[in-house]
Amino acid sequence: MRVALFVTCVNDALYPQTGIAVVRLLERLGVAVDFPAAQSCCGQPLYNTGYRHETEPLLLRTAAAFAGHAYVVTPSGSCAAMIREHYPRIGRKAEREGRGTDLADAATSLAPRVYELTEFLVDVLGVTDVGAYFPHTVTYHPSCHGLRGLGLGDRPRRLLAAVKGLDLVELSGAQECCGFGGTFAVKNPDVSAAMGTDKIASAAGTGAEVLCAADNSCLAHLGGLLRRADSPLRTLHLAEILASTEEEPPT
Amino acid sequence: MTRTDLGMPAFPEAAREAVRDGVLRANLRHATHTIRDKRARAVAELADWDRLRAAGKAVKDHTLRHLDRHLLRLEAAVTAAGGTVHWAVDADEANRIVTELVRATGEREVVKVKSMATQEIGLNEALEAAGIAAYETDLAELIVQLGRDRPSHILVPAIHRNRAEIRDIFRAEMGRWGRPAPDALGDDPRELAEAARLHLREKFLRAKVAVSGANFMVAETGTMVVLESEGNGRMCLTLPETLISVVGIEKVVPTFRDLEIFLQTLPRSSTAERMNPYTTMWTGLGPSRGADGDGPSAFHLVLLDNGRTDTLADETGRQALRCIRCSACLNVCPVYERAGGHAYGSVYPGPIGAVLSPQLRGTGSAIDASLPYASTLCGACYDVCPVAIDIPEILVHLRERVAQGGPVTRHGIRVRIRPAHGHTAERAAVRAARLLLDRPGALRAGERLLARARRLTPRRLPGPGRAWTDTRELPSVPAESFRDWWTRERGTPQ
Ligand code: SF4
Repeated sequence: MRVALFVTCVNDALYPQTGIAVVRLLERLGVAVDFPAAQSCCGQPLYNTGYRHETEPLLLRTAAAFAGHAYVVTPSGSCAAMIREHYPRIGRKAEREGRGTDLADAATSLAPRVYELTEFLVDVLGVTDVGAYFPHTVTYHPSCHGLRGLGLGDRPRRLLAAVKGLDLVELSGAQECCGFGGTFAVKNPDVSAAMGTDKIASAAGTGAEVLCAADNSCLAHLGGLLRRADSPLRTLHLAEILASTEEEPPT
Repeated sequence: MTRTDLGMPAFPEAAREAVRDGVLRANLRHATHTIRDKRARAVAELADWDRLRAAGKAVKDHTLRHLDRHLLRLEAAVTAAGGTVHWAVDADEANRIVTELVRATGEREVVKVKSMATQEIGLNEALEAAGIAAYETDLAELIVQLGRDRPSHILVPAIHRNRAEIRDIFRAEMGRWGRPAPDALGDDPRELAEAARLHLREKFLRAKVAVSGANFMVAETGTMVVLESEGNGRMCLTLPETLISVVGIEKVVPTFRDLEIFLQTLPRSSTAERMNPYTTMWTGLGPSRGADGDGPSAFHLVLLDNGRTDTLADETGRQALRCIRCSACLNVCPVYERAGGHAYGSVYPGPIGAVLSPQLRGTGSAIDASLPYASTLCGACYDVCPVAIDIPEILVHLRERVAQGGPVTRHGIRVRIRPAHGHTAERAAVRAARLLLDRPGALRAGERLLARARRLTPRRLPGPGRAWTDTRELPSVPAESFRDWWTRERGTPQ
């Protein structure tokens, strides 16, 4: 099986180790990975801030970059939700505005081929035990767009629970948003920080060593708060835990 | 609400104070979490919740699509049953109509049933200016009124107050309005409720005019429906001689049968009850026409537009008109929980307020232009909404209106509005970002530049970046982007 990796702009620029982990993990599971170089940003930050028209070229670019790939896998619930939920919406709006069907066609062609990493593992590959080893106490924060947008359900937690050596502890109030929210984090910094502070307090209260999520943008916010507070709790993307083995622990 | 609230600071500034108020945060956290958990249990009891939700959405959508027809049918039915229907295009007209109606009775005071529509139009203030005293009779509204406060929640307007604060308000203020609170009043909920009961009883027995809203209006029969928990509403609706109801035009449902859905979904969503203790329904003056002294002898229905028809013209935004004001979205909203209701600068706070106020009032003021951004788009509101309003979708749609401008309907006329103030720099930055992101070559060059300067990454950023670094560290910049790693390891990507 062959997949195209949509690494996302945030991971490309700031969290390459997450992208590398996805490549290692998928290859370990016998999946060949391509990295189409024409990919960039899905446009979510622009779209969610109110710039639909600026998002449109990025929609077309993303759709073109992944044309011909039957499976597009991404380690971000919110970017997957952007493509699956919002791209078709952008296409429909453009059509209604009498601007042709290019956007709608691109969106409907790409959307069903995009999988968030845990969906791909559980639904397509049919695995929950990915052969990982991670001897640490971990608590999992389900990011909102994965949880409510994509309906990832217990997939991430099932994958974590099957990791050898990993002790999964429940995060109280797990379903509550961490307060990142894209540009919300800077447009409403006080509320954003208050939400994040409550989230890291719950995470610290579990006694876990690692706070895990399937979206690095949430972890940038939570990790930033944790490091400012000099907390020993560290953040790690789910892919890095699933990629880790006895021989190759996460960096 | 309109006049006072429009001078409000934008949401982020208003929220800042609330976030720092420890007592308020604790009150809100406790109250919202309690009701949110209870709601989840009450909803989980119904195996067909999803279908009820879909049915509620469908009935409301159908009604809104043919709103004109249903309203005319309602008018005919109410009139046939002995009521009088008035049409108010905006808040001023509605206030004028109600003031005139009260004046005509010769009365100088009215009792009020809890109603969002009358708060929306600022009716109490308008009546006061005309020398008419309006007494709120809902317990929480009474607390807000006595405390000269503003409501901060749709269902529990005094949610920001705790018991001790309520006791203090009762002790200090009740005497100025009527029967004073007992000197030894404690903060036990039963004691507080009893003090309110005695205070209000006096008002009920004296009042000749009542003003209410309605949760639903049935077009086919002309029946008004009010759901409540305390029974105070029932007193107001039955004891006075004249009853005036001010109701938003979107509250109409076509048939009596449609109530079956909402009488299940509304109580479970709002108070987490299987059924609310009091449901009062009346049709005009009823068959007795008030002749035997049973119930009011005059009924006036004031149908309120106040921006609703304009909202209805917007394909994405119109779904906000499905709202049945249950307040479930407030109770699950993490932003509401921290910012409190007052920060929303409207009688409609929380997620529904963030999509309703900028539509009903327009996005011209600082507060209204900031409301669409008062959300992380986490989607918890959409999940609980009993009529499936996709609030995040409307928020993004309204952000577009604020940031880019675009077509809106104002007073029935389609116009193009300009972007709101203060978005020029953002627009330029977004455009620059898009140009960069649309050129992977340039993006790679940018990433390399960043990587080379990574040791220089400051702990605190100047300008708008401060909003991040005031409370959070920046992510550390890696030595190599993923793209460069791939090229180094795997050769040039296809
Ligand atoms: S938007 Fe939905 S959840 Fe919120 S108050 Fe209205 S009906 Fe209730």
